[in-house]
Amino acid sequence: MTDTVSIVIVSHSADVAKGAADMVRQMVGDEVRVAFCGGNGEGGLGTDVAAILAAIESVYTPKGVAVLVDLGGAETNSEMAIEMLADGRGDNVRICNAPIVEGAVMAATEAAGGAALPVVCATAEDFQA
Amino acid sequence: MMGELPIRRLIEACAATVAAHVEELTALDQAIGDGDHGLNMQRGLKAVAEAAEEIAALPFGKALHKAGMTLVMKVGGASGPLYGSLFMAMGKAGDEAPAAPARLAEVFAAGVEAVKARGKSDAGAKTMLDVLVPVQAALAEGGDIAAVRAAADGGLAATGPLRATKGRAAFLGERSIGHLDPGARSSALLVHAVCDVLEEE
Repeated sequence: MTDTVSIVIVSHSADVAKGAADMVRQMVGDEVRVAFCGGNGEGGLGTDVAAILAAIESVYTPKGVAVLVDLGGAETNSEMAIEMLADGRGDNVRICNAPIVEGAVMAATEAAGGAALPVVCATAEDFQA
Repeated sequence: MMGELPIRRLIEACAATVAAHVEELTALDQAIGDGDHGLNMQRGLKAVAEAAEEIAALPFGKALHKAGMTLVMKVGGASGPLYGSLFMAMGKAGDEAPAAPARLAEVFAAGVEAVKARGKSDAGAKTMLDVLVPVQAALAEGGDIAAVRAAADGGLAATGPLRATKGRAAFLGERSIGHLDPGARSSALLVHAVCDVLEEE
């Protein structure tokens, strides 16, 4: 199996995160590794740095990880988690400035073709509904 | 004024003031945000307070770093990384407790810069920086505790008429005007709590 960029979905809502991941799966099957997390760790809405870190690590590859986020705190917490990745792995992880659902699907579709991380992110970011 | 800082009492005072103002922070955040700031801050400060003994046993820089990391991991929401970055950067800037007010101003400035970088923001956007930046300026000017308190209160009050351009409140545009910023309020609470402890010293 060729290595592909992985996708991580970070929402304030566990349901949104899972739903977005389901839509990605429907498009790309198992060709691309996808992880997701949502909620504040106590079952409420929010984001959790430890959960984001674990999600990224679960699908990490040197080929790259594209992270899709929803509102502000998800982005700030994801930036924090990326900085906390050990051994310079954070250099291979990027947050895509794209809508979480559409961006995740577009990024995963591009990743499935074997594209490099900057191309995967650009595809998600250029997407216009 | 400075000497050895009573880290443990500082932590307890910060946790206590946040716990006492949870409902106020919640109400402020419900007005212009998502309403979770009070509970998020309470959860974070409670976790720091539970680790107070371990934190207080560390050298100054490492103590601040651990307190900051605890906030990052426990607060949830953007205020976790923002407050966490404040304390972690202060810990990085000062291995030892600042022996003089001028040194404290430098260490605090490093923390404020980290908050600006993490939030990609500055004073004037209706955020915690509207309190932290004036407090830093007061420290840099050699202000006493009264001056620091006044800077925090002035910065907080100034967030009322501001239109939010950062965070969830920015979605409200003009409708964010007329509300105090919850992050500025929690920052002011923490500044006053620290001032209370230092005055008792």
